[in-house]
Amino acid sequence: MNSGIVTNLWLIPAIPLAASLAILSLANSRRKSAAALAVIGQVAALTSSIVAFLPTLETPGFRASQNLTWFTFGEQPLRIGWVLDPLAAAMLLMIALVGLCIFVFSVGYMADDKNFTRFFAYLSFFSGAMLGVVIANSLLLLFVFWELVGLASYLLIGFWIERPSAAAAAKKAFITTRIGDMGFFLGILWLYGRSGTLLFYDHGSGCLESAGLAMLGTSATFIALLIFCGAVGKSGQFPLHVWLPDAMEGPTPVSALIHAATMVAAGVFLVARVYPLFSLGAINGVTPSLTVVVWIGVTTALMAALIAIAQADIKRILAYSTVSQLGLMMVSLGVGGVAAGIMHLLAHGFFKALLFLGAGSVIHGCHHEQDIRKMGSLRRLMPVTFLTYAVGMMALSGVPLFFSGGWTKEEILHATAHWPKSQVPYYLILAGVILTALYMTRQIIYVFFGNPRAASEHAHESPRVMTMPLIALAFCAIFFTVVLTPAWPWLHTYLTGDPALHFDSGRLIQPVFFVSLVLVTAGIGLGVLMYRRAGLQNRHRPAKTDPLEYAQPTLFHFLENKMWLDELYDRTVVAFAVVSSRVSDWMDRYFWDGLVRAFGGLGQLLGIFTTDLDERGISAGVDETTIGTRRIGRVVSGWHSGQIQTYLGVVAIGMLALLLLYAWLA
Amino acid sequence: MSPTLQLFLIVSAALFCIGLLAALSRRHAIFILIGIEMMLAGANLNFIAFWRFSSEPHQPTGVMIAIFSIAIAAAEAAVGLALVISVYRHYRTTNVDQLDQLKG
Repeated sequence: MNSGIVTNLWLIPAIPLAASLAILSLANSRRKSAAALAVIGQVAALTSSIVAFLPTLETPGFRASQNLTWFTFGEQPLRIGWVLDPLAAAMLLMIALVGLCIFVFSVGYMADDKNFTRFFAYLSFFSGAMLGVVIANSLLLLFVFWELVGLASYLLIGFWIERPSAAAAAKKAFITTRIGDMGFFLGILWLYGRSGTLLFYDHGSGCLESAGLAMLGTSATFIALLIFCGAVGKSGQFPLHVWLPDAMEGPTPVSALIHAATMVAAGVFLVARVYPLFSLGAINGVTPSLTVVVWIGVTTALMAALIAIAQADIKRILAYSTVSQLGLMMVSLGVGGVAAGIMHLLAHGFFKALLFLGAGSVIHGCHHEQDIRKMGSLRRLMPVTFLTYAVGMMALSGVPLFFSGGWTKEEILHATAHWPKSQVPYYLILAGVILTALYMTRQIIYVFFGNPRAASEHAHESPRVMTMPLIALAFCAIFFTVVLTPAWPWLHTYLTGDPALHFDSGRLIQPVFFVSLVLVTAGIGLGVLMYRRAGLQNRHRPAKTDPLEYAQPTLFHFLENKMWLDELYDRTVVAFAVVSSRVSDWMDRYFWDGLVRAFGGLGQLLGIFTTDLDERGISAGVDETTIGTRRIGRVVSGWHSGQIQTYLGVVAIGMLALLLLYAWLA
Repeated sequence: MSPTLQLFLIVSAALFCIGLLAALSRRHAIFILIGIEMMLAGANLNFIAFWRFSSEPHQPTGVMIAIFSIAIAAAEAAVGLALVISVYRHYRTTNVDQLDQLKG
């Protein structure tokens, strides 16, 4: 039975993709069938994910793959396939479940949109592509789905294409991730050149198994770093993170999907999937490529957390928090805590989807106002949204004991503290934890507490179709804790493939628990101290100044403007592209054109010399011919309609005539 | 039924004809470009089919030609789209019926 599940694993991504095609073929007015098709497709994907999840529970470290030959290139067969292991199964479940909640939420959120059916077609496509990334057993197949995810994100970020900012954000996301993918693709080529296979697991000869790894040697470091380029682009790591906050231009459910279940999760997943490449030849768990991963992750985590403090757009704050949390996951992977990183990815999937959908509900309730300084006191008007949002906020801040994010964050801290190379990342991450609690407290005070301001006076709670997914996700964010605690680290052992440990409440409280508790309390306390007043002031207008802006204007503007990174890229990378295109334009216009003109001039000169000869000797005879030619010309020019398609048609008919002639002669 | 050379040739001829029909009948310049791309795809399929059923299918010659031709098609599409954009800027239309400056 198990083999049957593995052979049919391809159905999981195929169902949403098929649903997407079916929705695309529907008429624009058939909204109900579009939503129903998308939700049914997602439910089917969730059900089959659960079926696929069951066999991985039976044996620790279960792994089964199914490979087939796609095509044969000369002597070289190119093989693709899919794999089922704990990593893939856990990701499948998370993506399908979070995706389903987001789909249901979208039915309410997008109810008034005129392109409702197109939206659900894209959503299904997005979800299917991401499920494909997860089960791929070949780097090439993974890359194909990876690019499909990129395409889907482009389509959805630019969904409101009539807004120029949305079109620009979509383009930015596409081009920025493409820069990373270039490196990824080079890595794939290099890997194929060295090992001759792109399959991950192939009964001992795949590129992640010992035989394949042995062929790589020292080039593994470079290959791993090139592949990491792709992950940097997709997961919004520094320096390619700039697209992620701009991606907020898409509808809010799309932001939730991008930030929680799909897209950004792909980068972290990729690193975890090809982890043997990164850790090849590790001494004490440290390799050059993993060290790069750690430092990129730390930089991203801290930078994004700092920027988030100074943002005013409710979705932008969450966007930067995603960037920061992804950095944290990268650190965890880099220091060797693969299971901790993936656990945080899964937990983050639930609570970040919850936060984004909560933000969507707030935006929907406040009539599409996104500035947190114009909200306030929403806890009375939107109680369900407030309660679920608070759960998400506490999970993200890492409040210990009851919230999933707290436990996974502890695991990451634990793993980072034991990194043999340096203690600096550990302390920087501790600072990041405080900052996370601080900016989330700031946001929640501005939005839900204090006095009502301009946008929140006519706010209303969202319909049930939107609050139900919120409640479901809030329950997920809390009950997910059961498998995360050190007392019963079921998920950890499941991911690493160790035999499961039994419940032991004595392990529940680890030293790092207190570190985490102190940090989160400090962050939230600091937040309450700093922003308590800001929520109360300015009854009927937006709070003019943020307390931090009041105290440290320069620093605040530096952070508010995202550390001027967009401007820096504008001045360097974009400016370089513009200058080089100007140069080639000039070359084309003056240099090459000049050459052509010089030759033309030469011809003219020659012409001047030969004019005399022409006029006296040959002209007379030619004149007669010319008159004839002109007459013919007049007739022929009548045939020229100027319609390019007529010309093409005549060419086609001529070709057909030639073919017939040929057939007749033969 | 195992695929035969004829089957592939029929498919590629069909692709070519559909592409030609699109290029001849659509009024929008971008659809004409799409039609041309389909004709190219049909030609590529011919290359591959003849290579696959040739006496030496182990030499990757046919694939190489097809890859080159795909690369050229990509370049052509880029040039074509750039032309469409500049035609649009100049004439404020992409309807090829209205572009008859070449009329004799």
